[in-house]
Amino acid sequence: MTDASTPVPPKSSLYATTDRVKSRNRREARFRAYGFTAIALGIAALILLVISILGNGYNAFRQTYITIPVELTEARLDPAGNRNPAEMARVTTFGYAPLLAQALQQHLQGQGISMEGVTPRDLMAMISQEAPAQVRALVLANPEMVGETVTLEMLAGGRIDGFFKGRVTLESAERDSNVTPAQLLLAERMTEAGMMELRFNWSFITGPDASDQRPEAAGLGIAILGSFYMMLVVLALALPIGVAASIYLEEFAPQNRFTDAIEVNISNLAAVPSIVFGILGLAIFINFAGLPQSAPIVGGLVLTLMTLPTIIIATRASLRAVPPSIRDAALGLGASKMQSVFHHVLPLAAPGILTGTIIGLAQALGETAPLLLIGMVAFVREFPGAPPEGFFDPTSALPVQVYNWTQRADPAFVERASGATIVLLVFLIFMNAMAVILRRRFERRW
Amino acid sequence: MTAVVLILAALGLGFAYSRIHKDFRARNTVERAILAILILASTIAIMTTVGIVLSMILETRDFFHLYPAREFFFGTEWIPSFEGGSHLGLLPLLWGTLYITFIALLVAVPVGLFSAIYLAEYAGRKMRGFAKPMIEVLAGIPTIVYGLFALITVGPMLRDYFAQPLGLGTSSSSVMTAGIVMGIMLIPFVSSLSDDIINAVPQSLRDGSYGLGATQSETVKQVILPAALPGIVGAILLAASRAIGETMIVVMGAGAAATLSLNPFEAMTTVTVKIVGQLTGDTDFSSPEALVAFALGLTLFTITLGLNILALYIVRKYREQYE
Repeated sequence: MTDASTPVPPKSSLYATTDRVKSRNRREARFRAYGFTAIALGIAALILLVISILGNGYNAFRQTYITIPVELTEARLDPAGNRNPAEMARVTTFGYAPLLAQALQQHLQGQGISMEGVTPRDLMAMISQEAPAQVRALVLANPEMVGETVTLEMLAGGRIDGFFKGRVTLESAERDSNVTPAQLLLAERMTEAGMMELRFNWSFITGPDASDQRPEAAGLGIAILGSFYMMLVVLALALPIGVAASIYLEEFAPQNRFTDAIEVNISNLAAVPSIVFGILGLAIFINFAGLPQSAPIVGGLVLTLMTLPTIIIATRASLRAVPPSIRDAALGLGASKMQSVFHHVLPLAAPGILTGTIIGLAQALGETAPLLLIGMVAFVREFPGAPPEGFFDPTSALPVQVYNWTQRADPAFVERASGATIVLLVFLIFMNAMAVILRRRFERRW
Repeated sequence: MTAVVLILAALGLGFAYSRIHKDFRARNTVERAILAILILASTIAIMTTVGIVLSMILETRDFFHLYPAREFFFGTEWIPSFEGGSHLGLLPLLWGTLYITFIALLVAVPVGLFSAIYLAEYAGRKMRGFAKPMIEVLAGIPTIVYGLFALITVGPMLRDYFAQPLGLGTSSSSVMTAGIVMGIMLIPFVSSLSDDIINAVPQSLRDGSYGLGATQSETVKQVILPAALPGIVGAILLAASRAIGETMIVVMGAGAAATLSLNPFEAMTTVTVKIVGQLTGDTDFSSPEALVAFALGLTLFTITLGLNILALYIVRKYREQYE
């Protein structure tokens, strides 16, 4: 046996990677890294968004209050002396403001806190313009308080509040015509004396909106109520209509042009820009049907039309998931088609329908653009009445309130808008969590 | 009130009693009525579409009586003035809309597509179970929140770190601000649609490619993406239609000045911004300045409807290949 040929050294070996394989592997690793980066970018954007909203907004839930004893002098508040609220109402907020300023000045002197560099006028500016109105409302509700000295809690002015939240500093106060550094220093001394305090602010959640100059008093009460009313309207209309339409399309509809047209329409409506629904609401519900502007009923109707496709798609999916054997069993026992659907299929599909409805409502709750067109941006100070009349009263809505506050000049409203966004997101998280829990709890595999 | 109810009840009883007969099938009659109600409910979708189209067409016709259609469609200036003599040209608004949409897609398509590829082809169960819901949370956030994000964070950041050092502008609301934020909003849209489409590509194609010695990335690039391409194009078109119709992000992030410019750090405006602008507040619905919003709305509706139909057509055609 001889070697017929001397072994040719192989050009490549399975054990050593060639340049070509190396470059292919590098390309593979790079591609993988791109994918990972993309996901990291998406999640980073989410985290940045949440941090930005939380960081800007958590301060809206805290507010600076001034607590001082105030003598409610009879001569000023009830000149007639008969404690009749109707007559006392003639004293406007301008009558109350000097009273509060005086009380503050006296209390400061009594406590031995120096008012160095702060004129009486500046001192008055440290109390929110909203405070006299709140005290007036309190006095009119309790006329017997007149003549006594009561300890009152009042909102501090927006800039003073901003000072405790880090938005206003001594340097920025130099350049600000609305606040002086001396006021801020006095505010610090007042805090040390326990007269001024930064604490949780319920009135941000329950109070009405306030005008441009009073960011410290602006609250979400009307907006939350308006959103709630709209959700009631959406629930009362979209759920029955959506379920009825789904039952027809899934259980009864023959295959023909008419049902095809409905299906195409539903999938198209799901993709129509939301602002177009606003135009529809403006043209038909307000200009044609003559419903009032800014009313929850109009907002609810527009949002109903937007939510219908979501509810219909979810309902049809859960109707389809009910096995045909259930229908057959019902029909076999002599039920009509209608009875088999309403007595058996629908109850079994209910959890899925409920989940879809909650998700649809959550979408509707965050919708803003169509509400702008039907006039919900208007400034509303009055709480709407109880339903059903309340549905026709002007209100605001949570997302529109956010937009509204971003359009105002005072930077304190950025904090308010972010705070309102936090409230909105909490509602959405709550609703979506409920949908997830319902699905987990009642999900049924056949 | 009570009397009315009692009389009605008595009348109902009388009517029911008169109808009772051994051949009368009450169930069938009741069910026919219920079926009619069901049909009525399902026509609401059609009525809504008809309502949208009619309300916009009627008002747009009024607008074109007051303002020449040629100048609306081809005008390059947008200077509304309620005293009359306004220039209401569509082109600057359309340019702003398309520019912002382009930048949004520039952000959303690579990020969304790459995350979909990674989630579908590379990620393990744990990673997928964590990252997919996180990205989908982005889809559940209302657009007003994105708008606020653009206004208070992204806008000032872009202005301070890019626009001003580069000398490109001093405005915090710009095409870039609105485009990037809208891109973030569209990421889950692109990624979940592409994810479905990539998962629908049959495993046999992948196995064939691996069998020939291709690496995973080569398989994705040369086999899966070409097979999934029509579906991905459909997804991108749907995302574009979303971006064109998006309102709150551009209202809060893009600005209100109608300009025809290429500078991405300049404030521009869009069709939706102007619809909101012309229709909010006290408006006189007989002036062309208010009615123009309906013409803008109709334009927007037509564009988005066209894109949606095109996307659905492409996706449907693609699906027929494998099923």
